[in-house]
Amino acid sequence: MRRELLDVVRVEDVGPYRLLRLKRGRLESGIPGQFFMLAPPGRLLPRPMSLSLATRTELGFLIDPVGPGTRALTAVVRGERLNVLGPLGNGFRLDVERPLLVGGGIGLAPLPYLSERLGRPPAVLGFRSEAHAEAAALVPNAEVVVEPRLVTEAMPAGHDVLACGPEAMLRAVAALAPGAQLAWEAPMACGYGGCYGCAVEIGGKLKRLCVEGPVLERAA
Amino acid sequence: MILNASGCLDALTAPEVAQSLDAFVTKTVTPLPREGNQPVRIAETDLGMVNSIGLANPGIDRFLADTLPRLIDLGVPVWVSVGGFAARDYAELCARLDDQPVAALELNVSCPNVSSPEEEVEEIVAAARGVTKKTLYAKLSPAVPDVGAAAAAAARAGADGLTLVNTIRGLALDERTLEPKLGPGVGGLSGPALRPIALAAVFTAYRATGLPIVGVGGVETGAHGLELIAAGAFAFALGTVLFADPEAPLRVREELEREASARGFATPLAAYAAAHGGPPPTPLRRVA
Repeated sequence: MRRELLDVVRVEDVGPYRLLRLKRGRLESGIPGQFFMLAPPGRLLPRPMSLSLATRTELGFLIDPVGPGTRALTAVVRGERLNVLGPLGNGFRLDVERPLLVGGGIGLAPLPYLSERLGRPPAVLGFRSEAHAEAAALVPNAEVVVEPRLVTEAMPAGHDVLACGPEAMLRAVAALAPGAQLAWEAPMACGYGGCYGCAVEIGGKLKRLCVEGPVLERAA
Repeated sequence: MILNASGCLDALTAPEVAQSLDAFVTKTVTPLPREGNQPVRIAETDLGMVNSIGLANPGIDRFLADTLPRLIDLGVPVWVSVGGFAARDYAELCARLDDQPVAALELNVSCPNVSSPEEEVEEIVAAARGVTKKTLYAKLSPAVPDVGAAAAAAARAGADGLTLVNTIRGLALDERTLEPKLGPGVGGLSGPALRPIALAAVFTAYRATGLPIVGVGGVETGAHGLELIAAGAFAFALGTVLFADPEAPLRVREELEREASARGFATPLAAYAAAHGGPPPTPLRRVA
């Protein structure tokens, strides 16, 4: 567990989302699906973000400005610095034979890095609007669906599914592909087991998502 | 001495953080296992955060069999926080911990997320005192009419020290729907918003009892810790700050030394109760 102050190298608009590229420093990029805690300037608590892009020199995070924390994160400009802690949690298991990536909305965040690590497998991405769908450009070999069409209508059978997206999507994906690896999300104050804030029901019990997940192999 | 606030650190998932403290305080243990409250359990506010975890813990049986031995192995002195719903719960817990290699027991008589037994501070401390020779700290709420009276009650009943403060009730609403962000609605407010409240409680309890006090509430820097020491705490604990900065214990310890020295104190503890021993208050300045 390492925390570092990283330089903001570049900030790009990707549809309504924003991609922050940070100088990597000495942080490990980790396994796709693991997450980092990013400290928004002026806020008390850091926010959990999965890693979207990793190069030798940069870490990229795709952020949807939906609340005070994510708005503060998307307001940073080149030259500012952000405190980043990670990688944390458990990522996707990469020893799969026929991977299919499935993402919904900002849930595509971990998929560009996952795609890279798995050799650019096919992907199905769902968005609520054409504007949001611009982000699909970050994931190679992706079929894109826009509401009212749903990703579950476009998922080919016979694959090892690795998915990230809203809860309803994950449940629908799990119903179609029972062995799917699903990346969940929950509000977290710390990301390393201290706050007990990210409890979700796993196997009938409330457990900490940051310790048990965020990637789980059964529906939470 | 720097500790963590109970419930703000799991030494088993972050052993290196626990090992950077002078003592590790466990999450509150209750007689029976508790799953805790339904999500959502945490939310940020403007000057702090609210939580409603609901004392999630494995219960005393599993704590003794499984958790405590692994905590002891970390090599950091362990304080066990205990909680219950009646004095007999506290007595049972303290009796079972009496022969364990723990440095102190902290009686959580102030969790805002369970029905609060504040009025029974004296009864609870006395019940615990009757069954253990361990060092006993009573963790008190600041949300009472007279924290000095509560502190004095704990002292009369045999507490060796006090921990001040726990969270106080707070509410965070979703900015769009205006509905409570936390599952149970209201939660416990922590973070910078608590700082002056903790200072006042420590200041008052010190005057009322003179007992050793662990100051808790919104400490983010060494200067904040030094203020608690000056108000009458011999030690302080880090809570919410640990969520954002797991390296806070090391940083705060360095800052504390520096801040004390910058004010002419040979050590941080040389500032102990400095807020009580200064010159008398300046008379009102006449302007006309």
